[in-house]
Amino acid sequence: MGKIIKIANGQGFWGDSVDAPLELINNADINYLTLDYLAEVTMAIMQKQYNKSIDRGYANDFVDFIDQSMDIIFSKNIKIITNAGGVNPYSCAEEIKKRTTDKIKIAIIEGDNIIDKINEYIDLGVSFDNTDNGKSIKEIRDSICSANIYIDSFVVAEALKNQPHIVLGGRITDPGLIVGPCIYEFGWKKEEYQKLAAATVAGHIVECGAQCTGGNYSRWWENDDFTNIGYPIISIDEKGLFNVYKDNNTGGLVNKLTVTEQLLYEMGNPKEYLSPDVTVDFTSIKLNDNKNGVVSVHDVKGGNPTDTFKVAVNYLSGYKANGKLTITAPYAIQKAKKISEIILDRLKRKGVEFDDHRIDFVGYNSCSAETLRVDNNPNELTISISVKDRSKSKIEKFSKEIAPLITNGPPGITGFSGGRPKVQEVISYWPTLISKSMVETKVRIY
Amino acid sequence: MKIRLMDIACTRSGDKGDSSNIGVVFEYNDVYNWAVDNITADVVKKYLNGIAKAAVIRYELPNLLALNFIIKESLEGGGSDSLLHDAQGKTHGQLLLLLELDVPESFCEYLYSFNDEYLRENDKA
Repeated sequence: MGKIIKIANGQGFWGDSVDAPLELINNADINYLTLDYLAEVTMAIMQKQYNKSIDRGYANDFVDFIDQSMDIIFSKNIKIITNAGGVNPYSCAEEIKKRTTDKIKIAIIEGDNIIDKINEYIDLGVSFDNTDNGKSIKEIRDSICSANIYIDSFVVAEALKNQPHIVLGGRITDPGLIVGPCIYEFGWKKEEYQKLAAATVAGHIVECGAQCTGGNYSRWWENDDFTNIGYPIISIDEKGLFNVYKDNNTGGLVNKLTVTEQLLYEMGNPKEYLSPDVTVDFTSIKLNDNKNGVVSVHDVKGGNPTDTFKVAVNYLSGYKANGKLTITAPYAIQKAKKISEIILDRLKRKGVEFDDHRIDFVGYNSCSAETLRVDNNPNELTISISVKDRSKSKIEKFSKEIAPLITNGPPGITGFSGGRPKVQEVISYWPTLISKSMVETKVRIY
Repeated sequence: MKIRLMDIACTRSGDKGDSSNIGVVFEYNDVYNWAVDNITADVVKKYLNGIAKAAVIRYELPNLLALNFIIKESLEGGGSDSLLHDAQGKTHGQLLLLLELDVPESFCEYLYSFNDEYLRENDKA
């Protein structure tokens, strides 16, 4: 039998379980542990933290994890691959060494973060047109707050050649955390599209952590143990054949349905799943449920990737706030409608109207819209009223207009314990592309 | 025979920018083939009244016995832009499970029957 490597993913986003990575590194039989901390908006949050203080801008949960698992990383020789570096992997690496030991070897991947170069690129003639709506970047040029390239997985493999304990990057793609070690271990070439496609599918299945092991599963009552839900492990061979499973001593479940649900998560056109390494055809995938908590995946087809990298640009587009009040029967709906009107009318009297606003009744129609028929006036509901505007001061005025209703509006209002609604920045997402030839990624050993 | 989608399928939904997607997964070939003919983009668009205000696109994944529906522009800007309570379409899949369907009597053997008494007793629908 040929070489098989085992890779677990212990983190699906920044804010996911802090226990899952510890559980995996302590108890699971694995060679690699990947930890995905990034979503589109996460980069903007991290960039904002960095702008305030140049030693921030990364996922500090990751530093805590390394601090708690140092000894095992050394003794078991499990390699950690993560995008926890965010917009500032150097400070993340520095903090790890400060908190643990100088003996830890960290391979930092750089080149994804182009916030400092974006104007240079624009002046060089890179259009950065919005791939969703075709608009020109010039409209938002002055409000850009982060810009990161989804870089390819071969740079992760390059990093692993240095035998580090940790590969620490920023905007590596989520599946790339899995594809990278496969390229390194099996020596896959750039044109081996079927293998790269298979590993990309493996990455897609595990990138959201427990979402393939019983989390978010439609038949949730089949999952006997959510408390100790296991995070996913894949074992993959040189040809790209792989199994999805979890550690036997954990809760959750892995079957054809849990895996297929996750295969379709955040899916667009399944025939053209674009990654920087390969274009994957998800309609080619075949699954075999071994009925023992192991699902095998085979026959994944892929083709050549595009000649561009995806770039995630975030920009500040305004401010928003959300206020909530709970209303009880009798006449919950009628009172809720009246209260919502009063709030907006009082602001209107002061000349405050918003670019956009929305009123939902949570417990009644906030998620189902007009899809489900509601016959009865509910016993209680929560008004959720949201406003958005380019002017921060308008949103601040809104924030002060919620609490007074408790005493000067209709009766039966409660649930105002969190204080005035918080004024938040609206960070908008600008998906765009850059030619691969214009991008240079590097590995630096720290 | 009147059933709901949840009797024959699982779903999962999430965001794709300003749109949401709902993956619908079936267990049996016969059911999948029936669904290809009967659970069209139009059916889903009509049912998701108030959410599917723009186009609904359907993709077929026969190997996986699955359909993927893209509910275009359903997230009112999506991400941080959206003022929706469910700005990422996380609940759209659960909502679709309540879709009522009229399936052949022969599907009896394919119906998912869950035996949790507590759930059944407390389900008014």
